[in-house]
Amino acid sequence: MTAVTPLTTGRRPPAGGSRSRRGRIGWLFVGPFMAVFALVFLAPIAYSLYLSFFRDQLVGGTSFVGLDNFQRAFEDDQFWAAVGRVVLFLAVQVPVMLGLALLVALALDSGRLYGKSFFRISVFLPYAVPAVVATLMWGFIYGTRFGLVGNINDALGVSLPDPLSPSLVLASIGNIVTWEFIGYNMLIFYSALRVVPKSLYEAAEIDGAGQWRIITAVKIPAIRGALVIATIFSVIGSFQLFNEPSILKSLAPNAITTYFTPNLYTFTLSFSGRQQNYAATVSLVMGVVTMIIAYAVQLRGMRKEA
Amino acid sequence: MTAPSFTAEPTRRTTHRAPASRRAPRRRHSPDRPRRSVLLTVLMGLTALYALLPLVWLVINASKTQKNLLDSFGLWFSGDFALWDNISQTLTYDDGIFVRWFLNTLLYVVVGAGGATFLAVLGGYGLAKFDFAGKRAVFATVIGAVAVPATALAVPTFLMFSKMGLTNTPWSVIIPSLISPFGLYLMWVFAAEAVPTELLEAARVDGSGELRTFFRVALPLLAPGIVTVLLFTMVQTWNNYFLPLIMIKDPDWYPLTLGLNAWNEQASTAGGQPVFNLVITGSLLTIVPLVLAFLLLQRYWQSGLAAGSVKG
Repeated sequence: MTAVTPLTTGRRPPAGGSRSRRGRIGWLFVGPFMAVFALVFLAPIAYSLYLSFFRDQLVGGTSFVGLDNFQRAFEDDQFWAAVGRVVLFLAVQVPVMLGLALLVALALDSGRLYGKSFFRISVFLPYAVPAVVATLMWGFIYGTRFGLVGNINDALGVSLPDPLSPSLVLASIGNIVTWEFIGYNMLIFYSALRVVPKSLYEAAEIDGAGQWRIITAVKIPAIRGALVIATIFSVIGSFQLFNEPSILKSLAPNAITTYFTPNLYTFTLSFSGRQQNYAATVSLVMGVVTMIIAYAVQLRGMRKEA
Repeated sequence: MTAPSFTAEPTRRTTHRAPASRRAPRRRHSPDRPRRSVLLTVLMGLTALYALLPLVWLVINASKTQKNLLDSFGLWFSGDFALWDNISQTLTYDDGIFVRWFLNTLLYVVVGAGGATFLAVLGGYGLAKFDFAGKRAVFATVIGAVAVPATALAVPTFLMFSKMGLTNTPWSVIIPSLISPFGLYLMWVFAAEAVPTELLEAARVDGSGELRTFFRVALPLLAPGIVTVLLFTMVQTWNNYFLPLIMIKDPDWYPLTLGLNAWNEQASTAGGQPVFNLVITGSLLTIVPLVLAFLLLQRYWQSGLAAGSVKG
């Protein structure tokens, strides 16, 4: 912050000169973002760390309890059951969704489709539908009362398993999330595929490689960055699972518990249970678990690249 | 947490148009115009059917009366065509609360997504075109923050905002919407590509101030990226559910998503007035503006996204 060149005489700063002035201008552009970022990202993290060291009781008020809340979280069966549920969800839903999205992207990119732009936009369209509307629609379709499942049962005289029963509800939620995000992930993959140089496939084709071989040996390695990013976003999304179960709850009250996912659990703790200090602790633990897994995905994705 | 993945892919655009194809032996179906496949098209048709079926269901059922909803087949029209009637009922039910929710959503989207885009454009440009102390730290913090579940921040943000007296006001929804780390990243990549540094240098030599250079020289070049970020932040704010759910208690400040859910809960509760036809018609009205925006602005967001993924 030395060499304060007055802005008014900055008529002719030689290109590359007065770095500190340019540095301050850089901050002028980045500053507004960072200020709001500090308020809505950094401050809440710091605040929840602070909250997690206290306990607020009706009798006795707020007291410092050290790591008690963390210990409680590590021994909390409901919390870990919720974590287990999203891990199961993630292990099945994310590969299915990303696999389908990749297949659609490859099909679009292959140029072998009739009506390519129609397919591209129609598969993408569900992304524009709010989670609330998506869940309500699918919830009605799942319904045995006036839903499609009920219609099929009546029409064919069969009784399909109820998608909103406790044993199937997680799969039903998986279907909703898959429906919502196939198009978004497809678009990430498709945009990445479009910038893979065509000369790469041509070389492989001259060498006699078949389509499948080109896909596995040329195209997929070329978009590894996009695959890793989409996986990380999906992993984070799965850990945050809240909207779909929370909205389905009114249609399937018996199948979805108040601790169905970690987020639903923190929500219940802080707004129905009034245990905000503990809820902040659970959020923090969940944030750390998410970051570790996202980081592991990234390391694994990058290692293969070497 | 840094993100090597973002810079792992070198820019390959330059090789994209390499005239390698001319040297290749002539074939009937070059990679540019391969043979079309009926089988692949049929398979894609199934995927498109999966994507569109619930939307078709929604349109069909928005045309049914509450009574018809319950006793007709879901995938075909039945009874009176009640769409217009349903729409006017949706708009007038409970003193036109739906219109109020629509206007609230519009406010959150215009101020929230507009502000988020503005901050992301400024920040992305600053990161792409200026060298300054702490730049790497900015990158690491913002990318690290992407991995923090937004919902994990919600509870502490709520507590903070309630201390500041912001809960139950539009600000509690707008302020957190102003930050889009993904938007910042996209604008950064886009600005690095789309705005030639020499052009900025030339403007400076001509005596143009930095802000003037930004608005007059850089901003027009950034337009496709801006449309992309704007659309994606718009979707985020329009579809936001969790944040308003915890922040807003007063139905007068609900966005559409919360309002629809409230109607659905009312309809599902024993003794509540069943307004499923309103839930369905309201859902349809909620998605129409976004679907239209995506359809009409296709060209812009697709090119913006393609540029963003060059390094992704």
